[in-house]
Amino acid sequence: MNKNILEKIKVETLKANPELNEPHKNLHEKEVRVVLKNCDIINPEDINHYIAKDGYFAINQILTEMSQEDVIKVISDSGLRGRGGGGFPTGRKWDFAYKNENDTKYIICNADEGDPGAFMDRSVLEKDPHSILEGMMIAGYAIGAETGFIYVRAEYPLAAERLQKAIDDALELNILGENIFGTKFNFNIEIRLGAGAFVCGEETALIASIEGNRGMSKNKPPYPAIEGLYGKPTIINNVETLANISQIILKGSKWFRSFGTEKSPGTKVFALAGKIKNTGLIEVPMGITLGEIIHDIGRGVGNKRKFKAVLTGGPSGGCLTEKHLDQEVDFDTLVALGSMMGSGGMIVLDDHDCMVDIAKFYLDFSVDESCGKCTPCREGTIQLYKLLEKITNGEGTLAHLDKLKKLSKAVKKTSLCGLGMTAPNPILSTLEHFYDEYLAHVTHKVCPASSCRGLIEKYIIQDNCVGCTICAKRCPVQCITGERKGLHVIDQDACIQCGECFASCNFDAIITK
Amino acid sequence: MSIYVLEEQLNEFKIEVINKYRDTKSPLMQILQESQKRYGCVPVEVQEFISKEMNITTAKINGVVSFYSMFSLIPSGRHILGVCTGTACYVKGASRLVERVEALLDTEYGSTTEDGCFTLAHTRCVGDCAQAPVIMVNDEFNGKVTSDDIPKIIARHRGKNCKK
Repeated sequence: MNKNILEKIKVETLKANPELNEPHKNLHEKEVRVVLKNCDIINPEDINHYIAKDGYFAINQILTEMSQEDVIKVISDSGLRGRGGGGFPTGRKWDFAYKNENDTKYIICNADEGDPGAFMDRSVLEKDPHSILEGMMIAGYAIGAETGFIYVRAEYPLAAERLQKAIDDALELNILGENIFGTKFNFNIEIRLGAGAFVCGEETALIASIEGNRGMSKNKPPYPAIEGLYGKPTIINNVETLANISQIILKGSKWFRSFGTEKSPGTKVFALAGKIKNTGLIEVPMGITLGEIIHDIGRGVGNKRKFKAVLTGGPSGGCLTEKHLDQEVDFDTLVALGSMMGSGGMIVLDDHDCMVDIAKFYLDFSVDESCGKCTPCREGTIQLYKLLEKITNGEGTLAHLDKLKKLSKAVKKTSLCGLGMTAPNPILSTLEHFYDEYLAHVTHKVCPASSCRGLIEKYIIQDNCVGCTICAKRCPVQCITGERKGLHVIDQDACIQCGECFASCNFDAIITK
Repeated sequence: MSIYVLEEQLNEFKIEVINKYRDTKSPLMQILQESQKRYGCVPVEVQEFISKEMNITTAKINGVVSFYSMFSLIPSGRHILGVCTGTACYVKGASRLVERVEALLDTEYGSTTEDGCFTLAHTRCVGDCAQAPVIMVNDEFNGKVTSDDIPKIIARHRGKNCKK
C-alpha cells in the first residue's frame, strides 16, 4: 500500500459512485459538517468509500512526511479539546504520553457513550468507523504506541460489528498491521465490549474494565498518560475527538480554527432530544448561541408548550434556561453557567416538566451507577435521592433544601472520581435556576408543572375539552367517558392517578388539584 | 440450587471459548460475555469452571459478574423487554410506560414473568433519543411508543416461542 494506490482507489471509487461527492441533504444553514462529514454519505462497510473521501491520506502523510513532534504540534496548534466532556486539550495530553518514555504505550478510544440522552458517538461509530481507526493510528504514531483498544458499550452491537469489519478490511489492505505504508510503523486495534456500567466512561474505571476487573475508578494522579493500561502510558480519547484528527492533519490547524471560538475551536455535535420539534443530531460551530440551537435549528418545543430549560451534560451537568438563550455554547461558558458541555446531549424540557423531578431522575441514575468504592458517592447520592423523594412526595421542609445544598457540595468536594464529583450538579443547578419550584413543593405542597404525582390529588377535565377521545383511549383503567366531540369526564373513584390523560391532552383541558 | 449449564455444555465451552482466549491478555470479560450470550446467564457453575480452567479465584470472577449489569446469575425469559429510561425517554413519559408494562405482565421491573416469556430488563438509553420513548424487545426497536401500543407489542411477542 502506498499513496499511489490510495489515489487510484479514490479516483476509481468516485467514478463508480458519483453520489459520494454530493452534499448533505436537509442541512440547516447554521450547521457545519466536520465530524459527521461522511455520515449518511458513504457506505460504512466499504473501505473504498472512506478512501474516496480522502480517508487514510492523513495517516499516509504523517508516516511519510511528519515527525511525532510535528503531529503533536499541529494538534496542539489546532486547539482541539477533548469532546468527551472535560474539554482537556488533546495535543497536551498526547505530549505527556509522548514525553513519557516507555517501550509499550496504548491508545484507547472511549466509545462507552453512557450519558442517557446522548447518541453522537453511536452515529460516528456506525456510519464512519474508519475515521475512528485513522484517528487512533495518528494518535498512536504521535505518542509511540502500537496497540489500540476501542471500548464500546454493549448496548451498541451494530457499532461493534461495523468497527470489526472496518478493522478486518484495513488489515487486508495493510493500512493496519505491520510496516504500514512501507514504513516501520506497526499498529493493531482490538475491540473490547463493555457490560453495562456507566462509570466505565471514566478513564481509570475504563482501564480497570479492559484489564478484566470491576470497573472501579482509581485516584488520579498518576494520570493514565503517565501510568495507564497495564501500568503503561495510555491515551484515552473520545470518539468525536478522534473523528476530528485526520481532517486537522489534512487541512491544517488554521482551517480547524476557522470554526468555533478562540478557546473552543472547531465544531461540536449535539444530540437534540426531548420536547423539541426537530430531534436528532446536529453539528454546529462552537460559540453558536443556545437560542440558535433550540429555536432556529430545533424549531422550538412545539405542541403549544413553552420552552422551560435544556439539560446539558447529562447526569453530570445541569440546566440552562430562557435567560441563557443568548449565551454562546462552548466548554468554558457552560461551566461558568453551572452546567457543562458533557458529551453533547441536549434534552429540552417544557412547562410540563418538573425540575425537582428531573434532578431526582438524574440522582436515581447516579445511585445506580456509582461503583461503590468511595463513601461520599456511594452513600451521599443515596441520601440526596432520598431528600428529593421526600420533596416530590410533599414531605419536604425548608430545612431539607438547606440540607440538599450542603450535602451536594460535600459530595462534590470529596468524591474520588468524576462521577461523584459531578453527580450533585443537576441538584445545584436546578436549585439555582428554579428555587421557586423547590419552594412550591415544600411550602405550598404543589408541583407547578403538575408532574409530581405525590402532590396531585386528582385530575379534572375542564370545559375546554374538545372531545378528541385521546385521553379515554390512553386511560389504562377506562375511567374516562364522553361522546366524540363532547365533554369528557373522569370517574374519580376508578381513577388511579397515573397521569396518562394529562400527558396525552393536546388542548390543556386537563388540570390537576 | 438450580443448575443452568450442564457438564457437557461446560466441556463445549472449554473447547470453543476458553481455549480460544487462553493466551489473550486479561480475557475474563470476553469469556463472561460469551457465557452470557450462550446461556443467557453466568451461573455459579460456569464461574467455578472458569476459575478452575483459568486459575482465577472465584471471588474475583464473582466480583466482576456482580458489578456489571449485563451479567446475570439466572437465565432471562424468552424475550427481553426493556422500556428505555434514558433522559429523553423519561421526559417523554417512559415511567408511565414502565407502569403499564408491569401491570400488563404482572411482574416487576428487573424480573421475569411466571411463564418465563418476558424479562423486564433495566434499560438505560439505547441511543435512539430522537425516537423517544423507546421500547426494545430483544433486538426489535419500537420508537415513539404510546401506552396503547404496549398491549400490541406484548401480544406480538407472546405468540413467538411462548406456550401461554
